[in-house]
Amino acid sequence: MTHAVEIKDLHKSFGSLEVLKGVDFTVDEGQVVCVIGPSGSGKSTLLRCVNLLEQPTKGKVTVGGVELTDPDVDIDAARRRLGMVFQSFNLFPHMTVLQNVMIAQRRVLKRGKQEAERIARENLDKVGVGAKCDAYPPQLSGGQQQRVAIARALAMDPALMLFDEPTSALDPELVGDVLSVMRKLAQDGMTMLVVTHEMSFAREVADRVVFMDGGVIVEEGPPGQVIGDPQHARTRTFLRRVLDPTYSGDDDTSETADADGGRAATPGSAGG
Amino acid sequence: MTDQSMAAGPAGPAGPVPGRARMSPRKRQRISRGVQYVVLVAAVVAIAFVTNWEGLAQNFAKMDVAKQAFPDVFTVALKNTIIYSVGGFVFGSLGGLLLALMRMSSVRPYRWIATVYIEVFRGLPALLIFLLILFLPLALPGFEVPGGTYGQGILGLTIVSAAYMAETLRAGLQAVPKGQAEAARSLGMSHTRSMVSVVIPQALRIVIPPTTNQFVALLKDSSLVLFLGVSGEYVELTKFGNDLASTTANATPIMVVGLTYLLVTIPLGYLAGRLEKRQAKGR
Ligand SMILES: Nc1ncnc2c1ncn2[C@@H]1O[C@H](COP(=O)(O)OP(=O)(O)OP(=O)(O)O)[C@@H](O)[C@H]1O
Ligand SMILES: [Mg+2]
Repeated sequence: MTHAVEIKDLHKSFGSLEVLKGVDFTVDEGQVVCVIGPSGSGKSTLLRCVNLLEQPTKGKVTVGGVELTDPDVDIDAARRRLGMVFQSFNLFPHMTVLQNVMIAQRRVLKRGKQEAERIARENLDKVGVGAKCDAYPPQLSGGQQQRVAIARALAMDPALMLFDEPTSALDPELVGDVLSVMRKLAQDGMTMLVVTHEMSFAREVADRVVFMDGGVIVEEGPPGQVIGDPQHARTRTFLRRVLDPTYSGDDDTSETADADGGRAATPGSAGG
Repeated sequence: MTDQSMAAGPAGPAGPVPGRARMSPRKRQRISRGVQYVVLVAAVVAIAFVTNWEGLAQNFAKMDVAKQAFPDVFTVALKNTIIYSVGGFVFGSLGGLLLALMRMSSVRPYRWIATVYIEVFRGLPALLIFLLILFLPLALPGFEVPGGTYGQGILGLTIVSAAYMAETLRAGLQAVPKGQAEAARSLGMSHTRSMVSVVIPQALRIVIPPTTNQFVALLKDSSLVLFLGVSGEYVELTKFGNDLASTTANATPIMVVGLTYLLVTIPLGYLAGRLEKRQAKGR
């Protein structure tokens, strides 16, 4: 069986700084894999190597049976099958929400205007921002912007979604809306590779959790094992920092627990 | 009260030292301002007395000479000024965009060519370039700038403005956050497509205010067309004013032409300022 993602001996250096020092792992069809690890451990770099936003120094990245590290691969075609969601949203500020979701459908997939608009509206409804079609991104809250970014990626019918700390730039009360969209995606069977600091999300949604530190995978396995009963001292130290608020300045995980009930309600609308 | 203390002011600075030590900064500032007003009024009065107003009016604001300038100052001269500068602006922008992209290219010789062009033509006086254009037919026998006189004028302004536009556009392109191109690429857009649909439109928005200022500069530089020896239907504002001033032996046409320039440049400058402010708020 071919894996949805297969990474073999992946190395990445920026000049003399070796960020990834031989990473191997796979993601299977329909699986959700969460990548956790301390800041600077190379999580973003790993994710960006999967869709070749960074060119790996060495190693093989295969997605859906296509080797992306093959120098002759049509990378634009390959990227169409991958959706990417960034920490900082990266919506196009000069286009309306609807245009943001339509542009790549029109220019890359060559869909007709009506079809593209229909698909855009469907996806925007799905993530709960259907009412914001004509707004410009800067007029939206962070949580709404991130959900538009998810809709923009989904409109391309990706086989795999990559998320790089999608909730890290959000105010705590907006995190839940985005996580519930991602949870729903996972339930619908989307293959997902998620870099996150939201431990309760990882614990609940992930099929597998990968702990990275210093450019290598230290530990991986089911969430109950990696988060619940870590085998390595480094994993334990990291988890204690993340889970114990007195230890860390990172996102605290109590927010995630609140978020479960939060659903897609906008902040302040207490009646919802 | 205040007026009186101000009037007393001028004596202050020259006054005795003990008084100064006790003077508050506020009082000192008031005195200083009072001195400035007095100097201003004195200057205005002096100029008003010394100036020969009648002579000035005869030479710079003679109504019947001014009338001769109309309507040609608008229908011919202003029209041509706009043709030269808009032409130079359009081709200069296209050339500038090309140079900016070359300057950021991964192909090193492109970067060199663009850098050399930009440095050379930003460093030369515009007039020098117009003088060189005059000699083009000598240097390249049989060569003629397409578009005749208009073509020559526009070519000169294009050469100059392309160098400036290249730097402005490059700054604009680099001001678009990297995440924008990354988002476009990860949606499967090619490099060119992501530039055309995502990066360039945002860069253009960023450069609108400085570009408006550059257009104003170009509008003024279009006066250098004068040195191409244009005549008749091709004259622009400065040449037009100069010619009419010679035939009437009176400077009034130059004043008329000057006011015509301001009619265009001041609103444009104001517009650029407004756009700049709006952008500062939006970002
Ligand atoms: N383009 C780049 N050029 C040079 N160094 C880089 C570049 N991108 C990342 N790095 C370095 O690589 C290392 C790993 O970065 P990376 O962003 O992958 O970490 P991360 O695990 O995602 O951390 P965080 O949790 O803070 O996002 C860091 O030391 C970073 O400074
Ligand atoms: Mg990161």
